[in-house]
Amino acid sequence: MFNLEGRTALVTGASGGIGGAIARTLKARGAKLALSGTREEALKALADELGGAEILPCRLDVAEEVEALVPAAVEKLGQLDILVNNAGITRDGLAMRMKDEDWAAVLKVDLEAAFRLSRAALRPMMKARHGRIVSISSVVGSIGNPGQANYAAAKAGLEGMTRSLAAEVASRGVTVNCVAPGFIRSAMTDALNEEQKAKMFERIPAGRFGDGGDVAAAVLWLASDEGGYVTGQAIHVNGGMHMA
Amino acid sequence: MSDVAERVKKIVVEHLGVEAEKVTEEASFIDDLGADSLDTVELVMAFEDEFGVEIPDDAAEKILTVKDAIAFIAANGK
Repeated sequence: MFNLEGRTALVTGASGGIGGAIARTLKARGAKLALSGTREEALKALADELGGAEILPCRLDVAEEVEALVPAAVEKLGQLDILVNNAGITRDGLAMRMKDEDWAAVLKVDLEAAFRLSRAALRPMMKARHGRIVSISSVVGSIGNPGQANYAAAKAGLEGMTRSLAAEVASRGVTVNCVAPGFIRSAMTDALNEEQKAKMFERIPAGRFGDGGDVAAAVLWLASDEGGYVTGQAIHVNGGMHMA
Repeated sequence: MSDVAERVKKIVVEHLGVEAEKVTEEASFIDDLGADSLDTVELVMAFEDEFGVEIPDDAAEKILTVKDAIAFIAANGK
């Protein structure tokens, strides 16, 4: 089950916590990887840890770099079976004070880049009659969050885009899905004090934060042959804090 | 030219899974050969690969029949 031997994958935002966990999980199941991100040193360190991976630094707010990423991955890997749109940024602020630039920056990286990469990836995937696109959305796209109008819009947008793409290419063996994490352990959550954590746990029936591996396991399923009949979905990984 | 026509027809037959006799030059991909919009996108991709041409979107929209494809490739192909 969930064997990815002979498959290739491009993971964006691989220098981050969740992206790194996804890369480790896909690699452990045999996939050949291309890692993208903005922090080249972190990508190199991850590639070394994994015993080898292609490194493709890319700024997702620069359209030309985004357009070049999938062709570069296809060239390095020989084929692209799996695209994981994991990269994302936040520019939090209450809507009444949110600057146009903060709105635009988040939409550009979190939604528009994912569209451009997916569009480019569909070509080799349709030809191969096989492909997996998994985008990392967020529970915030479903339930909203004060201070994150831009982020919530982008993440909800990813899920809508996913359903449309899924309908377009399902007949060609290509699936398109989202994984929507809830609160996941990170440097940010580690910095919270006990009282703050307890308050957040009140909203999570599981009573704890998730970790990157929880998200990566859902990505693995969707990326595998076994996930082939699942398309157009947002799989929520959130300890029960939102039941969709 | 006839070589281009034969190669175009071969791609159409293989891709759409239709009988070769149906693939006349006047045949419309959608109306006569049962293609859907995604098939037409894939046909254009296949023509691009076979003939080493770039078919821009505005040109691709005008390729509705077998003859249209042959004419575009004859004029722009290598």
